[in-house]
Amino acid sequence: MSKQYKLVSCTINGKQVEKMVDVRASLTDMLRDDYRLTSVKKGCEVGECGACNVIIDGECFNSCIYLAVWAEGKEILTLEGLAGPNGEISDIQQAFIDEAAVQCGFCSPGFIMSAVEILEAKREFSDDEIRKLMSGHLCRCTGYENIFRAVKKTMLRRLGKEKEALEV
Amino acid sequence: MYDIKALYEAESIEHAVKLLAEHPEAQIIAGGSDVLVQMREGKRAGKELVSIYGLDEMRGVSFEADGAIRIGSLTSFSHITRDPIIKEHINVLGEAVDMVGGPQIRNIGTIGGNTCNGVTSADSASTLHAWDAVVELTGPNGVRRIPIHDFYIRAGVVDLRPGELQTAIIIPKASYEGYKGHYIKYAMRNAMDIATTGCSVNVKLSSDKMVMEDVRIAYGVAGPVPMRAPQAEEAAKGKTVSGGNVKAFAETVLKDINPRDSWRASKEFRQHIAVVLAERALRESIRLAGGVIDE
Repeated sequence: MSKQYKLVSCTINGKQVEKMVDVRASLTDMLRDDYRLTSVKKGCEVGECGACNVIIDGECFNSCIYLAVWAEGKEILTLEGLAGPNGEISDIQQAFIDEAAVQCGFCSPGFIMSAVEILEAKREFSDDEIRKLMSGHLCRCTGYENIFRAVKKTMLRRLGKEKEALEV
Repeated sequence: MYDIKALYEAESIEHAVKLLAEHPEAQIIAGGSDVLVQMREGKRAGKELVSIYGLDEMRGVSFEADGAIRIGSLTSFSHITRDPIIKEHINVLGEAVDMVGGPQIRNIGTIGGNTCNGVTSADSASTLHAWDAVVELTGPNGVRRIPIHDFYIRAGVVDLRPGELQTAIIIPKASYEGYKGHYIKYAMRNAMDIATTGCSVNVKLSSDKMVMEDVRIAYGVAGPVPMRAPQAEEAAKGKTVSGGNVKAFAETVLKDINPRDSWRASKEFRQHIAVVLAERALRESIRLAGGVIDE
């Protein structure tokens, strides 16, 4: 077929952008190839592993099974958007480092974006709720416990519960 | 990149119907969590797609004039679970769709897609069958509404005629008023898994909570399409709330269902869990309806 393109305007990490996009592209393709946001990983590419997870209008989506053209008018947040004004990493990223929740690192950006959605809810979730909310990701290195601890500690710290966070 | 021959984006329901008429070979794509995966596998590779994902008019839950609950076909699973109308009147549907895949899948997956792909294991389908849901289809000849039982023709095939798309799922007032229900999904994992068998039960108790005035039960993966168990329902209707009657009801489901051997589970195992799930789900439904089971 002849190539079919469409102009897609959206907000990515707080910046209004637009580009001509191949209609066959997934959002993963667009974010990686057109915007060089390589925290968005290509894992299974069928919506099972969560490595390509990004936040669209406040909710988590596997960008591999999301057509790039659907991003029109949407607000997208990737891991790169968590950086502070001078490139500082965020508290949840630091917690992943402190808890050794990262080994090979391939699943980390996806996990962290799901954690961001949890943290943005600004409420305390039970252990079972956290596990359920993080269950759309596969990690083949860490065995999940350290990831769970990083998320729980950051949640408690953001709620001002420093003492409880130390006990996790 | 997906192997898409051409993509047509609908701007309204009317436009979608027109696009489907102009491109009879095209496949409808809603959230895409089935269509895109099948395309990746090669099954639907090289197809034309009509995308309806942008049609916000098909999202959300509302009441119709006669009190029926209307769920727009593009409403995502997570939005159904969080919806106040669903929480109050058919909580079991919100709980059932909260067991689909994982969190990201529940944000993209739609109830329309879950029913239009015609699979027996869909977590929403057994509950919709058990609540006598009605499917609204919009096509070149206007709108028609059919019971969900008639919508399923055979495994993977639904009554979606050329040029038609599913625009809403309706739960009539008579189907939900006074009923309480419970869904149990039996699967190997708690997330990212497909039901080995799913069972959705609901009950309407008499005002003194002593008699089961009506009992409805539906299964996923107990046959090629989601199905009710009418003989079991008859066995329970009008009976007093008691452990013995609940057990008798559960054992009768074996007269109705027809599970098969698959790599997920054997026929015998599915028959066994179908009985156990029926008993547990009815017990929980009775409890939610305010009844107490006399042992």
